[in-house]
Order: sequence, then C-alpha cells, then structure tokens
Amino acid sequence: MMDLSPETRKKITQLTAKYPQKQAALLPVLHLIQNEMGYIPQEAEIWVAELLGLQPVRVKEVITFYTMFLEKPIGRYHLQVCTNLSCTLAGAEHILNYLIKKLGIKPGETTADGRFTLTTVECLGACEQAPCMMINFDYYGNLTPEKIDEILDGLE
Amino acid sequence: MADKEKYLTKLFGLKNLHKIEVYLQNGGYEAAKKAIKTKKPQDILNEVKAANLRGRGGAGFPAGVKWGFVPQGVEKPKYLCVNADEGEPGTFKDKYIMSHNPHLLLEGIIITSYCVGIHQAFIYIRGEYEMIARRLEKAIEEATAKGFLGKNIFGSNFDLEVIVHRGAGAYICGEETALLESLEGKRGHPRLKPPFPASIGLFGCPTVINNVETIANIPFIMARGAEWFTQIGLPKDGGTRIFGVSGAVKKPGIYELPLGTSLRELIYNYAGGLPEGKKLKAVIPGGMSAPVLKADEIDIPLDFESLMKAGSMLGSGAVIVIDHETSMLDVLRVVSKFYAHESCGQCTPCRVGVAWINKIVQRIAAGGGQPGDLETITRLASAIKGKTLCPLGDAAAMPILAIVEKFKDELLDQIGSLKDN
Ligand SMILES: Cc1cc2nc3c(=O)[nH]c(=O)nc-3n(C[C@H](O)[C@H](O)[C@H](O)COP(=O)(O)O)c2cc1C
Ligand code: SF4
Ligand code: FES
Repeated sequence: MMDLSPETRKKITQLTAKYPQKQAALLPVLHLIQNEMGYIPQEAEIWVAELLGLQPVRVKEVITFYTMFLEKPIGRYHLQVCTNLSCTLAGAEHILNYLIKKLGIKPGETTADGRFTLTTVECLGACEQAPCMMINFDYYGNLTPEKIDEILDGLE
Repeated sequence: MADKEKYLTKLFGLKNLHKIEVYLQNGGYEAAKKAIKTKKPQDILNEVKAANLRGRGGAGFPAGVKWGFVPQGVEKPKYLCVNADEGEPGTFKDKYIMSHNPHLLLEGIIITSYCVGIHQAFIYIRGEYEMIARRLEKAIEEATAKGFLGKNIFGSNFDLEVIVHRGAGAYICGEETALLESLEGKRGHPRLKPPFPASIGLFGCPTVINNVETIANIPFIMARGAEWFTQIGLPKDGGTRIFGVSGAVKKPGIYELPLGTSLRELIYNYAGGLPEGKKLKAVIPGGMSAPVLKADEIDIPLDFESLMKAGSMLGSGAVIVIDHETSMLDVLRVVSKFYAHESCGQCTPCRVGVAWINKIVQRIAAGGGQPGDLETITRLASAIKGKTLCPLGDAAAMPILAIVEKFKDELLDQIGSLKDN
C-alpha cells in the first residue's frame, strides 16, 4: 500500500473531484506525490493508475514525457541551471562550469552525500535575471561565482 | 511613453496589490461587476470585437473573433483555458501579471466566461511557477469569499469556478491543442486542426484558449470601451504590449508600451541600450521562434503587421538583444538544441529534421565543420517548414533559416577557423 500522508491523500481526493473527468487530475496528483516523496516510485504509478481508472502504461507515458517528473530519487537540492539563449548570452556556460567544478559532478549527477543534483534546463521564464537557476522551487538570478558560493553556503 | 498610457502594469508598484483589499481599493472588480450587472454577453462580445484585441500569446489572432466561433445554445459545457505556460524562450511577462496582480487576471476570466457562457475556467501554468500558482490559488480563495467567484457571482445567477492546473516541464504544452491534451492528463501531443478548440476542445467541448496578457486586457476594454483601446497603439492593433527585454541591454525587464513603438526606442530609450563597449549585432524580436533581425533592421514599429512584413514576427513580445561579441554559431547551437529537445516526436520532419540540424551544428562547434553544412541545414529546415502537424516545426525552422541566411559569412568564417584550431 502506498505510503502517503493523510494530508496528501485528502488533497488528492479533493483534486480528483474538481475535474469534469478524473483522469484530468493526473498531473496534479503526480505533483502531490512527488512533493511528498521526492520522486514517483513504481508503486505510486500503479496506485495512481488504479485511482484514476487508467492503464499503468498511460501513467508511465506521462511521467516520461514531462521533464519535471522524476522516476528516481535525487539530491536534497535540485540545482537546475538554465542554458537557453538569454542565459547563454549572460554567461550560463561559465556558471555551469563553476558548479561542475565546485560540486565535482556533471549535469545529471548527484553528489555522493546526496545533497545536490545538478541538471541543465531550457528557459525558466526568468530571462531578465540571466544567468539564472532554480533550486527546488526557488529562483536565483544574476548569478556570479561569488553569489553561488553565498547561496550554497546558506542552504542547510 | 507617458505613464498615463500604461494600464496593465500601472499599479504594479503598489504594495500588496496581490491582496484583494488593495485591488478593490484601486477600482478592482468594478469592470466585472459592471459586465455582469449591466451588460448582455453579446454587448461584451461586440465591444471586444470592436477593440480588435489581438492575442498576446504568439499568433495575434483577434480574441473577439475567436470567442465568436464558440457555438451558442449547445448542450455541452464550455471551457476557458488561460494559457500561462510561458515557455517561449525570452518570455517572462505573464509571470509579472500573475505575481503582481493575480486579481486582474481573475477579473478578466470572469468577464470572458460570462461573455462566452463558461462556468469552469482553467489556468494552465508552467510547472516551474509553483509559487505563482499558489498565489493564484490564494487569490481565487479571496475572490470566492467575496462572492466574485463560485455560485451567483455578484448576486446574479451566473456561476464560475476557476482551477489552477500546473504543467510539468514541456514547452510544447504551450501550443493550444497540446495544452488541452495535457489538461486531460495525457502527454502533450498536439492535435490535428480542424476541428478547432472553439468547437471541439477540452473533453470534446467548445473551449476558448487565450494567453494571460490577452485576458488581462479585458477588464480595461470593459471599463473604458473599444474606442479608448484603439486610440492606444495602432487603430487595427490597439492597446499596449508588455515587452520583455533580455540579453545584451543595461536594463533587462518588462516594458509596457503601445503597439507600434519602435524596436530601437525599446532597446535604447527604455532598456538602456547595450552595456558599455558592446555594439548591437542582432535582435530576436518576438521570442525564440521569431526570425532574427540584423542591427540595421531595428527601425521598425513593434506590431504584428510590421514585423510580418519584415519577415519576422511579434510573437510573445520577447525581445532578445545580441551583441557583437556573441557568435551566431553559438546562437544557432542554442536554438537548434532547444527545438530538438522540445519536439514531441509525432511528425518525422520535426523530430528527425531538427535533431539532425542540431547534430550538424554541434559538430561544427566542435571543429568538424564541412563544406556544404550550411546548405544541408537550409535544406533540412526547408523540409520541415509547413509540413508538420503543429506550428512547432515552423517555429524551429524559421529562426534557423534566418540565422543561416543573414549570418552566412560569419558562420562560414567560423567553420573555417574552428577547423584550423
Ligand atoms: C510550440 C508552441 C508553444 C506555444 N507556447 C505558448 C505559451 O507558452 N503561451 C501562450 O500564451 N501561447 C503559446 N502558444 C500559442 C498558443 O498555441 C495559442 O495560440 C495562444 O495561447 C492563444 O492565445 P492568444 O490568442 O490570446 O494569444 C504556443 C504555440 C506553439 C506552436
Ligand atoms: S511539429 Fe513537432 S512538436 Fe509539433 S506535433 Fe509535430 S513533432 Fe510534435
Ligand atoms: S533563457 Fe534562461 S531563463 Fe529564459
């Protein structure tokens, strides 16, 4: 049985009732599960499929289509560095290389202590603060190596 | 622009504007109240049509005409989907509307829904904007508590529910039919058109899809009328746009200006011009899908027609400024990488063609350029244009073709010099 908190279960029930067809709640339900568990485990896929009356393959298909859904656990802090145009014009490559060196991992990897996962992403809609990145759901813009040091030092 | 011409962003400086009390103290929800209490849906439709409000999401289709396509008197429910996916690289304007003034968007949604006869509206917001999604949900709660949303709005017999729906990281879901698929809980695979969403949209029902900024214009058209609207900007292309400027300028950010403002003025007078020591090389005037303009092409009014005539487009109003030190090969690399990554894979020309172009560009950048590479890129891009299910294929092909055509000599030089190293 799925290991979800009562709050999340309650939210899921409320959500599915809001939509004219319950299948439409798939993305929001997956977000809720990922918010709680950090990723979407295999058993959750099956559970969601049953809940919404979907074939499990439909759930899998959706999880693999959308880049924000994770099939495996990642580090506590997910550093997503934008490498799209405005950020590239503002030195995104330099920022990325600095993080690669500082954390000792390449994009797509997690530090051995499980603290940081580094990925590159397409435009985050914060081009006016280029170069920028997200750490979990927070935006950080106008990045410089000094600013990155400060931000990372400030994390628990 | 004289500040009096600003209306969308005029109140953005106010503290706590996102709270309903502050919005109400500044005339908030008056337009929606007026619409529901004193207007017939047909009057509102006529007003929006007369204003000729062109869509702010990309294609610039007139909103009133679109609403008019929705069949009336049918049994099925009708839906509104507000497109808050904001994935077009360079674009960040809708974020400002939703975070600074979420109630303005809700007010626009109320008027639009009342006009078209809609009782359920969705705001499809990109997954990364989680904080903003929460702010919108809070605003919905506040408006519901006041009786502006929910049952019997403003004491009328009109009901409306608004649901915030987060995407999950896929540029293609900004395309309207992919957005519908995604809202239905599926992969974001665009649908073949026709049928258009106005007749068969969400859950097979008539659906209006509009951009956030388009909907945010509605309360002002309601309050001040079509004539006022057409006097700002151009007669056929009225109102303001919230331009987002990024790249090589001193003051990147949003600038609300009347349609028809010159691109040069936006870059130099508003965004502060280029940083010291940098010279202008090129500008992408309407989000990454818009074909690039060279430095000598910026004396152009920013409106749908003018940019189309110049072989580009106004798109989402996102202006990306490129300076003389930037290599256009690098720009081409980023552009082709992006579309290769975002192709949904349904059509062969888009899936294979863009990935192939991207591979060629990566090879050139790594010093392995060959004679004929640019011709191959042009041939591939031309084979995508106009031959795909959704406009993403064109959105990829057009900027690539423009870069290769307008910066051919530079690219050839780079192919040569990278090889020599
Ligand atoms: C690949 C692609 C991505 C798009 N992304 C967005 C987007 O993020 N936001 C948006 O409002 N429109 C986007 N559009 C345009 C929509 O399909 C649609 O035309 C628009 O939402 C209609 O609203 P409007 O008429 O108010 O502009 C995109 C189109 C394409 C082809
Ligand atoms: S053009 Fe590209 S993105 Fe659009 S449907 Fe075809 S493959 Fe998908
Ligand atoms: S290009 Fe980096 S946030 Fe838009």
